[in-house]
Order: sequence, then C-alpha cells, then structure tokens
Amino acid sequence: MSDRQEYALRLADDALILSHRLAEWSSNAPDLEEDIALTNIGLDLLGQARELLTYAGELEGAGRDEDDLAYLRTEHEFTCCHLVEQPNGDFGATMARQLYFSTYQLALYEQLTLSTDDRFAAIAAKAVKEVLYHRDHATGWVIRLGDGTALSHDRMQRGLDQMWRFCGELFEPDEVTGRLAAGIGVDPERLLPAWNSHIDAVLSEATMSRPSGTWRPGTGRRGVHSEHLGYLLAEMQYLHRLHPGASW
Amino acid sequence: MSEDVSRAGFTAEGGHGAVPVADDSAPDTAAGEVGRAAATSDTSGEADWPLFEVFVRARRGLSHNHVGSLHAADEAMALRNARDVYTRRQEGTSIWVVRSSALTASSPDEKEPFFDPAADKIYRHPTFYDVPSGVQM
Repeated sequence: MSDRQEYALRLADDALILSHRLAEWSSNAPDLEEDIALTNIGLDLLGQARELLTYAGELEGAGRDEDDLAYLRTEHEFTCCHLVEQPNGDFGATMARQLYFSTYQLALYEQLTLSTDDRFAAIAAKAVKEVLYHRDHATGWVIRLGDGTALSHDRMQRGLDQMWRFCGELFEPDEVTGRLAAGIGVDPERLLPAWNSHIDAVLSEATMSRPSGTWRPGTGRRGVHSEHLGYLLAEMQYLHRLHPGASW
Repeated sequence: MSEDVSRAGFTAEGGHGAVPVADDSAPDTAAGEVGRAAATSDTSGEADWPLFEVFVRARRGLSHNHVGSLHAADEAMALRNARDVYTRRQEGTSIWVVRSSALTASSPDEKEPFFDPAADKIYRHPTFYDVPSGVQM
C-alpha cells in the first residue's frame, strides 16, 4: 500500500467511524433540534469519508470503490484512531469526544489545504468550513454544560476525563506521516500547539479542569483497535454484506 | 412558579447557565436532576425550553420570512438550532430568531373590527390612474 493511499484511508476511517457513532444518536438525542444537529455533523463526516475512500480506491488502482472499502474491510484493516470508535456514553461524553476530535481535525485540514496533492487540498478546503461548525457546536455545549448546574458540571468533567486518554494518539507521528510531512501530508506533532490553545481556552471558560490522566499510546493506525470497533462494524457492514450492492 | 413560564426552570449559576433544572413544584426530584441537557435519557419535558420563532432570508434582496419555531435554552442556541433545522438544505443566507413570548399578535376575536373595514374602501388602492406604458408592475 502506498503512503498516500494509507494516509487517505486514515483520514477517511476517522471520519467514517465517527460519522457512524453520531448516527447512533439519531432519535436518541436530548431534544429534536440536537438530534438533527448531531446527524448533520455525522453526514458532513460521511461526505468527507466518501471522497477520501474514493480517492484511496483510485490510488490503489485495484478497482475497489468507496463501498468496498467501507463495507468489506475487516476490523484490522481499519486505521481509525481509538477516540472516534469510543462508545457515545452520555451526551457530555459525546460532546467531549467531538470537541477533542473536531479541534484536531480542524487544525489538520487547515494544514492539508496547503498539500501539494491537489485532491487532498481540495477535500480539505471543502471540509474546513464544515469542521469549523462542528468545533463551535461542541465548544458551545462544553461551555454550557460545564458552566451550568452542579450536575451538568460534574457530568461534563466526567466526559472530558473519560475521552482524554485517547487524544495522544492523534498527535503521534510514524513512518507514514514522516515520509509525507514534506508536502503531501501533515506532521501531526505540529498540530498540538493549536489544539492545546483552543482546548485550554474552552476548558477555562467552561470552568472545567484539564484532565490530568496521561495519554495512552495509540495503535489504531496499525489496525489494532479497542473491542468497540468490531461491534460497530458488525452493525455498519451487516446490510451490505448480506445484500451486496443493496440500494434504495 | 413565576408568571414568566419561558424563563422558569432555568438557572444561570455560572454565567453560561441557561441549563434547565427541576421545576420546584415537581415532587420527588432533586434540583438539577431532570434537566434535558444534563440527563440524556429524560424526554419528559418537565422543564421545557422556551419557544423561539425563526425567520429566514432566502437570498439577498428578499425579506426574512417566518419558517417555523423551535425550542432552545437561549438566543445563541436558538440560532444554532435554527441553522441545523431550517437551513441545512441551503434555504437561507440569514436567520433571525425571537422569543415567541416577545411577539404581540392580533387576536382572532378582533378580526372584524381589525380587518373588515378595509374591505369596502377601494379608493385606498392605487387603481384610479393610468399606468404609463413601459412601467413594470
């Protein structure tokens, strides 16, 4: 697999898996308006995943399309980070995960618009506007719940603590990002200052304390996942595997 | 409970408050435990958020039109919700939200004195002169 294809798959898998997690809120959100907001965000991410999977398939040149890559790869062939595969938990945990991820993704895509690879640059340029909204949406909720009642304060802090240990993986460089950092991809370590700056500002305004737990080394990029991903894929891929090519 | 139902049931303890809390009159619930924002599974609407009316301008040059209403804890959230609910298919370029309680509406009981007297006064319509040819109506 080429570096470029591997990179496209990583970006795609993060978006695809988080999209599915957000879709799980459909009909279960705290209110109707939030139900629509969460599925909107999920659909934005699904759109990004489709373009990136299509590109990954083209780079591979073996005739696999977006559906083949989304529905017919096994768990160990997915390269998403552990953060996006975490179960939704309560609404506070979902917003914590969204704040952490969207802040990372925004910094990443802003850099990726400068990529020497035209496709990456174009996909990123389109997605930046979407992700800016995702980040603002999560930011608003973390502040509102954190600086709300005693109960919402505690539960928001719990959500932030719960998702914290999966954030380190987002900024871990490896051979692939090392070889692509010269112009095609983005060196993840360089995104950390911008991420810290936004997260610290939000936590401070939300009267939340910065979680103290240490970051756990990530293995998602190598295809080694938490147990949660298998269940997620079973649900996501079931229909396509049972009725290949089904459409409506 | 306060007369102003739209404001009741919310607290602003920390400056960003506007998180719904328990209705004081509700039995067997500790304060803060039935808020929608804080309890994901609670949909009983014990402490409903106030209603907002949403106006969307479809494109430049047109005026804002009423498109519907929604619930939100405050104006900022109402604007966000309106964006998600009413403009996700590119329906608009500008959104106004206003608390429904801030609107004063004419009453159906007053329909006759309000509107009927206008019906037989055709001289209030600008129809008694000839429009020069070439003027676009």
